[in-house]
Amino acid sequence: MSPILNIQSLSKNYGAVEILKDVNVAIDPGDFLVLVGPSGCGKSTLLNCIAGLEPISGGSISIDGRDMTQVSPKDRDIAMVFQSYALYPTMTVAKNITFGMKVRGVDAATQARKLAEVARQLQIEPLLDRRPGQLSGGQRQRVAMGRALVRDPKLFLFDEPLSNLDAKLRVSMRSEIKKLHQNLGATMVYVTHDQIEAMTLATKIVVMKGGVVQQIGTPAEIYNHPANLFVADFMGSPAMNLIPARTQRAESGIQIEITRPEGAPMILQGPQVQDLPEDIILGLRPEDIIEAGMRSGANVQAAKCRIDLVEPAGADTYVVSELGGRQVTARLHAETKAQPGAMLDLAFDLAKVSFFAPDTGERLN
Amino acid sequence: MSDFSATPAVSPPVRPGQIALRWLLFSLLGLFALFYLMPLFVMLTTSLKSLEEIRSGSLVALPREVTFDAWRTAWSEACTGIQCEGLRPYFWNSVLLAVPAVLISTFLGAANGYIIAQWNFRGANLIFSAMLFGCFIPFQVVLLPMARMLGLMGLAGTIPGLIFAHVIYGIGFTTLFFRNFYVTIPGDLVKAAKVDGAGFFRIFWSIFLPLSLPIIVVTVIWQFTQIWNDFLFGVSFSQAGTQPVTVALNNIVNSTTGVKEYNVDMAAAIIAGLPTLLVYVVAGKYFIRGLTAGSVKG
Repeated sequence: MSPILNIQSLSKNYGAVEILKDVNVAIDPGDFLVLVGPSGCGKSTLLNCIAGLEPISGGSISIDGRDMTQVSPKDRDIAMVFQSYALYPTMTVAKNITFGMKVRGVDAATQARKLAEVARQLQIEPLLDRRPGQLSGGQRQRVAMGRALVRDPKLFLFDEPLSNLDAKLRVSMRSEIKKLHQNLGATMVYVTHDQIEAMTLATKIVVMKGGVVQQIGTPAEIYNHPANLFVADFMGSPAMNLIPARTQRAESGIQIEITRPEGAPMILQGPQVQDLPEDIILGLRPEDIIEAGMRSGANVQAAKCRIDLVEPAGADTYVVSELGGRQVTARLHAETKAQPGAMLDLAFDLAKVSFFAPDTGERLN
Repeated sequence: MSDFSATPAVSPPVRPGQIALRWLLFSLLGLFALFYLMPLFVMLTTSLKSLEEIRSGSLVALPREVTFDAWRTAWSEACTGIQCEGLRPYFWNSVLLAVPAVLISTFLGAANGYIIAQWNFRGANLIFSAMLFGCFIPFQVVLLPMARMLGLMGLAGTIPGLIFAHVIYGIGFTTLFFRNFYVTIPGDLVKAAKVDGAGFFRIFWSIFLPLSLPIIVVTVIWQFTQIWNDFLFGVSFSQAGTQPVTVALNNIVNSTTGVKEYNVDMAAAIIAGLPTLLVYVVAGKYFIRGLTAGSVKG
C-alpha cells in the first residue's frame, strides 16, 4: 500500500528562524495521524504546510502519490477544520456547507443531496437555516465538520478542533470524531496539544518539540517506549515518573540504586542483559508502581517508601513519595489504606521500565 | 447603602446631590444644543420670510407670513453671476460628482483594506503607511499637481476630473477604515475559503463584502460629507457648467443686484446642506442596524 501522505525532509523557515526541521512522515490510507506537542512546537505550521496554506522552505509533500509541494490548497483535495471553526458569518449553515461545492461548480441537485446526507450524519438538520452567530460552540463545531465531510476529500485536516469546547463536550465530540473516522475509513491528520486526545484518537502519533519530530509511532509505542525524556514526560497523565538512579554491575546482573530521603538507598534488580551507564534516569509509569502484593511477576520488586501525599481520584488513588530527589507518583487501588506520613510497601514492576541517559535524554533500552 | 449590597435587583437610592448634578448636566447640555441650533433656526425662519419682513422685523422672530418664494428662487431662479438658473443645475452636478466618487472610493478602499489586512505581501505595511500619509496632505498642496494631471489626462474642468480628484484623495481614508475593520476578521476565514477552493476575488465578494455593512456605512457617510461639502477642489477644477453646488452657493451669495436677498441666500444654503443631513438620517439607521445585527439571537 503506497502512502496517502508522504512528507519528506520538510523544512520551514521564517527569515532566519527555523520553524520546522527535517520532518519525515508517511501515513497509509485510513490512518489517523495526530501531531502533538506543546504550543510553539510547529505542529500547526506543519498542518498548514500540508494544506498548502504556508509555503515550505525545503523538502516535499505528496498526497496520494502526487507531488503537491507547489500546488495551491484548493487543488490538493483536502478539507480542513479550524480551531476557530472559521464559519462564514454572513452565510447560513446550509450555505456554509455547500460553499465549497458552489465554488467548484457542482450542480444544485448534487449539492442538495450531499448537504442532506451530511446534515443527517451530524444531526444538524434543524440548524441549516441559521447563521453561525446563532449557534452554540458545539453546534458550530459540527457545522465546521460538515463543511469538511461534504467534500469527501483524500485527506481531512483538523487544527485543534476541540480546544474551544468545554470539557464535557470535548469528550463527546472526541468520540464522535473517532466514530466518524471508523465509519468513513477516511485518512485524517489532527493537531492537538492535548496528549489524551492524541492517545485516544490516533493510529499514529507524531510528537514534536521545537520544530523537530521527537518520535513517530502507534499510541502504544509512544506510551510504552518513549524515545526520549521529553516524550516520556509529555505523553501520559499523570506523567511518567523519571527517577535519577545509579547502576552497579553485580553478580546477578545490574543493580539500580535510588536514594531515599531517609534510610538506606533503595536497590532494584535491573534486567539481566543490559549494558547501562553508571548514571541513568529510570522511567516508570504511575500504574507500574503499585501496592506490594497486588501484582506478581519476575520483574515486580517491593520496597518500603514514605508516603507524602494521598490523592483519591475516584477510580484510583494516587500517592506521592520522594525517591531520588523527585516526586514519584504511584497509582493504587481506590480502597488503599495509605496514609500520608506513614510507610508503605510499594511494588515496582520493571517489565515496562524505560532507561534514559541523563545528558542526552535519549532512551537506552 | 450597605443594606442594599445584598439585593442587587434593587437599584441603590439616588442621593439629592446626584439629582442636582444630573439636572445641572442636562441644563448645560440643553443650553449647548440651543446654542448650536440657533443658526439653523435663524436660517430656516429667514428663508420663510419675505424680503419686506426681513427688513422690518427682528432676526430671531418667527415669520408672520410663511412664504416659499425664496426657496423657489434659490432652486431655479437665483443668479450665479450672469446666469439665473438657481441652484438646480449645480445641485445635479454635485449629485453626478458625489455619487460615483463615493462609490468608487469606497469600493477601492474596501479592496485595498482587504488586501492589506488579509493578504500579507512584502511591503504591505509600507504601502499602508504611505496611504495613511496621504490622509494628512492638505488639499492646497495637491492643487497645482492635480490641475496639471487633469490637464494631461484631458479631464480639466469636467465632472469626471473632479471625481478623479476626490477618489484619489479619498482612497487614503477609505483604505484606513476598511483595513482597520478587516484586521479584526480572523485569518482562518481566508484559509477556510482557500481550502474550499475560493480565489482572491471570490473570497472578497462572498465573504468579506457581506460582512462589511457597518464599515461601508461609516465610509459612505464620511466620503459623502467630504465630497459634497468640498469647495476648494470644486472651485479649482471646474468651469462654468460643471461647478458643484457649494461653488454655486458661493456665487449666489456673492452676486447681488441691488438688494441682498437674505431669504434666498438662506434657502440656498439649506438646500446645499440637505443631502448630507439626509445621508446621516438614512444611513445612520442602517449603521446602528449593522452594528447590532450579529448580537440578535434568532
